[in-house]
Amino acid sequence: MERIEELKEKINYDFETVIHLEELNELKVKYLGKKGLISELNTTIKDLPKEEKKNFGQAMNEVKVLFQEKYLSLKAKLEEEKIKEKLESERIDITLPSTKVRRGSKHPMSLAIEEIEDLFVSMGYDVVSGPELESDEYCFERLNLPKGHPARDMQDSFYITKDYLLRTQTSSVQARYMMEKQGKEPIRIIVPGKTYRREDDATHAPQFSQIEGLVIDKKENHVSLADLKGTLEVFARHMLGSNLDLRFRPSYFPFTEPSYEVDVTCFKCHGKGCNLCKQTGWIEVFAAGMVHPNVLRMNGYDPEVWGGFAFGPGWDRITMFRYGIPDIRLMYQNDIRFLQEFDRKDGE
Amino acid sequence: MILSRNFIKDYIDIDDKKPIEEIARDMVNVGNEYDSCGPLISATSLVIGKVLEVKMHPDSDHLHLCKVDIGSEILDIVCGAPNVREGLKVIVAKDGAVLPGGVIKKGVIRGCASNGMLCSMKELGLDNKFLSKADIEGIAELGEDAVIGEDPIHYLGLDDEVIDFELTANRGDELSMLGLAYELGAIYSLKVKDIDTSYSSVQDENLKFSVDIQSNRCSLYLAKKVKNVKIGESPAFIKNRLIACGIRPINNVVDISNYVMLETGQPLHFYDAACLGDKLIVRDAVDGEKLKTLDGQDRVLSKEDIVIANQDGAIGLAGVMGGFTTEVSEHTTSIIIESAIFDAVSVRKTSKRILRSEASNRFEKGLDPKRTYMAMDRACHLLEKYASGSVCSYSYAYDQTTSLDKVISITCHDINSVLGTDISLNSIVQVFDRLGFVTKIENDTMLVSVPSRRLDISIKEDLIEEVGRIYGINNIQGKLPNLPIKAGSYDKTTRFIRNKMVDLGLNEVLTQIFLPDSVVHQYTTDQFDTVMLLDPLSVEKNALRYSLIPSLMKVYQYNKSRNLNDISIFEMAKGFYLSNHTYGEEYKLAMVMSGEYYVGLNQTKKVDFYIIKGIIEELFHSLGYAGRYRFVMGEFPLEFHPGQSAYIEVSGKRVGIIGKLHPNVVDDDVFVAEISLDKLLQNKTGKNKYKELNKFPSIKKDFAVILDKNILAEDIIKVIKKAGGKKLTDVKVFDVYVGKNIDEDKKSIAFSLTFEDYTKTLTDEEVTLLFEKVIQAVTDKYEAVLRDHD
Repeated sequence: MERIEELKEKINYDFETVIHLEELNELKVKYLGKKGLISELNTTIKDLPKEEKKNFGQAMNEVKVLFQEKYLSLKAKLEEEKIKEKLESERIDITLPSTKVRRGSKHPMSLAIEEIEDLFVSMGYDVVSGPELESDEYCFERLNLPKGHPARDMQDSFYITKDYLLRTQTSSVQARYMMEKQGKEPIRIIVPGKTYRREDDATHAPQFSQIEGLVIDKKENHVSLADLKGTLEVFARHMLGSNLDLRFRPSYFPFTEPSYEVDVTCFKCHGKGCNLCKQTGWIEVFAAGMVHPNVLRMNGYDPEVWGGFAFGPGWDRITMFRYGIPDIRLMYQNDIRFLQEFDRKDGE
Repeated sequence: MILSRNFIKDYIDIDDKKPIEEIARDMVNVGNEYDSCGPLISATSLVIGKVLEVKMHPDSDHLHLCKVDIGSEILDIVCGAPNVREGLKVIVAKDGAVLPGGVIKKGVIRGCASNGMLCSMKELGLDNKFLSKADIEGIAELGEDAVIGEDPIHYLGLDDEVIDFELTANRGDELSMLGLAYELGAIYSLKVKDIDTSYSSVQDENLKFSVDIQSNRCSLYLAKKVKNVKIGESPAFIKNRLIACGIRPINNVVDISNYVMLETGQPLHFYDAACLGDKLIVRDAVDGEKLKTLDGQDRVLSKEDIVIANQDGAIGLAGVMGGFTTEVSEHTTSIIIESAIFDAVSVRKTSKRILRSEASNRFEKGLDPKRTYMAMDRACHLLEKYASGSVCSYSYAYDQTTSLDKVISITCHDINSVLGTDISLNSIVQVFDRLGFVTKIENDTMLVSVPSRRLDISIKEDLIEEVGRIYGINNIQGKLPNLPIKAGSYDKTTRFIRNKMVDLGLNEVLTQIFLPDSVVHQYTTDQFDTVMLLDPLSVEKNALRYSLIPSLMKVYQYNKSRNLNDISIFEMAKGFYLSNHTYGEEYKLAMVMSGEYYVGLNQTKKVDFYIIKGIIEELFHSLGYAGRYRFVMGEFPLEFHPGQSAYIEVSGKRVGIIGKLHPNVVDDDVFVAEISLDKLLQNKTGKNKYKELNKFPSIKKDFAVILDKNILAEDIIKVIKKAGGKKLTDVKVFDVYVGKNIDEDKKSIAFSLTFEDYTKTLTDEEVTLLFEKVIQAVTDKYEAVLRDHD
């Protein structure tokens, strides 16, 4: 029994000295291993007189329990310390620069049109497209621009042959789509696309882009100029600013009657007058009007039964105004730094 | 068309106090755009002065020291004009005067005080074309009647205000003061005054020539003789009004023809009767026919042109300009007035080819026959009054026109349903009344008779436009169409591809389709003919692109020259071609990559073939083409690296090309790809549906073999798949090694195989058996040496 007491003391002493988990494991082997101190002492039981065996056994058990308790609690403590140590060693400087995850970017023209498409799709419009190399028939004739009309002069258009040209307006798709629907279905479309005119100066590029809008429905549904106005108000305010006003100026286009040019409040000076709006307080954004009965008739829609409106803003202009891009050339230069400016979502 | 305030006062009484800017704005609101608006002479602080004393400047050989009386004071002014002299009435710009050339300030010129400036006509801001040499070089000399201290601009009759309108092509009627007056009358509810067309005619004189209208492109031709005209200077009001409207005064007779054109919109031509001969013919020109126009230029005509001719040949280009030989000169005593209508389209074609003039601008837009008659009479009236002319009684008239007022029937409902308004019948009738349209009401219908001057109005919709215009379009409340709700649609694939390319780190670009024809066939081996423009802007832009790569390479060069070296760009756009006499266009995706490309956290990698290939593969996978595409070798365009390029095939058909550019094209390592989206998207894909996950674990096995360098990985994988059978569900190349410890003509290639069975757990024995079969097949087929396996 003295040896048991000695063993207890030894255990107490040994646990005091343990610092690392490895030492604790060694301690476990030292006492509980096959040849460990506890096992060794335990084997002496067989040499004891019978009456002492019971007490000895009990005492040995207590020693074992003592060891286990100490072992487990110290183990837990040491493990926790070890994790703490590890975490501490992994401490980093969170103010260092991040690892860059770089996405590409959409061209601002694409950003603008995706937003416009989403807006019009939400109002039940279909987004459609058509050929850029177009026949004279679809680009002009079917839009009430007969041969000899000033707007179709050679100097304005890039002809490929006598009857074929680069479309000067996305309105060509109006005629195509109406012919496709054969005068039977109502139409609600927008047509974004590239357009070409034979001009190249400070304010005109030979290649530009338009967005055509066309709504045709039965006359009993009363698609009116007021509806056109409302639609363009939604469009302009959605893309260019919720507090804008619109000004309709009567104008002349062969494919609409009445026809209008539509200005919005200058978003730079808010109507006070500045160099962007040439001191007028207004910026021209849309050409629009009620579809001309000749256009309806020529493309298979009876003007006594059907009616509607068409509009066409410059896609480039809307994009420039939307993102404050001062010069159209920037959009076709494609400087990587310019492109990368458009790699984030717009604020709302 | 320029509106002169003084001029238009003759036809309509607009409140003098209404600012010109307000008039301009009101005109804009009814559809008349303008370019500029303001006083004819914008110079300020001008006063009439009298030169009291002129001395030479002591320090100059041309400057004079003048004492000038301006009524309120006597100013010392230094003046350099050669014509300054004592007693002269002059225009004085006082201290602080703002002239087109700058602000006049008190100052000292070479030691002498100068408290203002004596002005020339040019310094007031008049265009050189209105001025004589003396007007430009010397100070203006005012008449003795000029009153010291008063406004010299008023004295000169140049105290006018002008609006320079840019009218729409359909409003030819507004190319006249009368037309503008009717428009203003509609805006302000004012009546337009009559023009005086009276004259006393002389009975006994004949024309002494015959007129023969041979061209069917002349619908109305009037001629009349005025004799005994005295050529001289026009009265000031005519000169000033012409100047205000941008036309140079010449002499009283010529000025009258222009004045009447400005008034009525009808261009007139005056021939010198003495030079005319006895036969006047209106006919189509002959190809190659020559004519000297009155500007002295020799013109070569074509059969598209209409000419006025006599027995000797063409003497005038109809609708555009008169001829040199019959021009009114200072010796002219008798004139023939021509007032006619020529075919608008013909005149437009001629003027476009030869020369645009004030006359052609009006003929092109169409003319009102009533004005043709009115202009003739008005010219006679003015010639009698201001050129002492005697108007002969005989009038020649050839008239094929019908100038009845059009009557259009329309209802209130027609108008309100198009405008989306609720305007009353009464208000509508009022609008027509203001426009000068007479309305008759029968039951619900209005019969609106439109005067012949409004050539632009022929159908109901035109009348609706008029109501909208005058009622005020901005009084109409906007709303959204009340149409059935339906789902809209858009091209999701284009947007998907754009998103994918952006996610893969590329920047989208937008380029022009024009190229020089010499580069259109670059970057492709496709057979097609170039689409050429008939009338290009320049040789550098004379054709349409087929491949997008030349355009993207321009963007590459642009950025490279700005030291921006990491370039990963793409564009989706059309290429154009001519094939079998048919024009076509193809929607394409192209990309150019060079420099560093981001490949993962904290890493960039120099772009190489496998990066751009990986981008294409990721795109194809995401579009649903996994397992259906191949990269194959072939004969590549000269611009491509022959050993680092591939054609891309989907379902066995070529859809594009990928590769490194040839060092002949560009020094740097530049990789490009171009895919025909039209061809690619013809390959349909199924719906993306859930597939059951395998409940049983898969087993991975790796091996590496050493074999001939030129054997393609794709071929080895085929052998592996064949040997591995159905349970081999994936094969990946995970390492390729050449170099140390490998013979020069060999490579080491390592594969990772995945075995799976959807019906049971695979045993080691089964997999080992398959694995060994695979290795055996590869080593047998390619005389490969097994390097390692696990």
